Amino acid sequence: MPIKVLIPTPLRPYAGKQSVIEVTAQTVGEALSDLVAKHPDLRKHLFSDDGKLRSFVNVYLNDEDIRYLSKEATQAKETDTITIVPSVAGGQ
Amino acid sequence: MALKIPSSLYDRLRKHGEATYPHECCGVLVGEFDETGEKVVQDVVECGNTRTDSPANRYHISPSELVRIQREAMLAGHDIVGFYHSHPDHPARWSATDLAEAHWTGCSYVITSVEKGRAVLTNSFLLLDQEDAKHFEDEFLEIIEG
Repeated sequence: MPIKVLIPTPLRPYAGKQSVIEVTAQTVGEALSDLVAKHPDLRKHLFSDDGKLRSFVNVYLNDEDIRYLSKEATQAKETDTITIVPSVAGGQ
Repeated sequence: MALKIPSSLYDRLRKHGEATYPHECCGVLVGEFDETGEKVVQDVVECGNTRTDSPANRYHISPSELVRIQREAMLAGHDIVGFYHSHPDHPARWSATDLAEAHWTGCSYVITSVEKGRAVLTNSFLLLDQEDAKHFEDEFLEIIEG
């Protein structure tokens, strides 16, 4: 079942310049796997060498951070939207 | 490459820095990338600084705010084109922390120095290259009518 993944501006060059990509999955982890299968250049921007999501990459299922759900095992359904947002921080 | 911003929005982000002084302000620049890679800001979205442990010299925007802003921008046919924050009593130049914590390649990072509560200089920096080679370049900030 197709699930929408919203791609942030810095990752679009690695995703065929698309802002929304539909993937087929039953969990968020499967959705991300399908995403990088479709767009392999995204992999190193989302995952570290050990296969874990990079610390500055936030993944939301609708309005919830998956870190506070079941992480990559979080169930996803057709009406859900997954959003990827790199973190924004800094200071003097 | 340039970041074009209407004067009313430019004033708004500088005033935000004055309002939160002596703490750092932060927010999102929503707009459009044109075909040459230049960016036009169409809205400035003020955010809260979640770094309540060190708000005078650090900022962090809640990812949940970013998700909401990105979603609303895309529904309106726009994009996130950059971010802004203030440096209270500190120059309007990017810091090592700013670079280490910057991950939106191709986006603008606008910094306003706020001295004794008054906004002084506002500069824009463009984040370039991939994570292992990322760097900031000075970016022309063009203030346009509006």
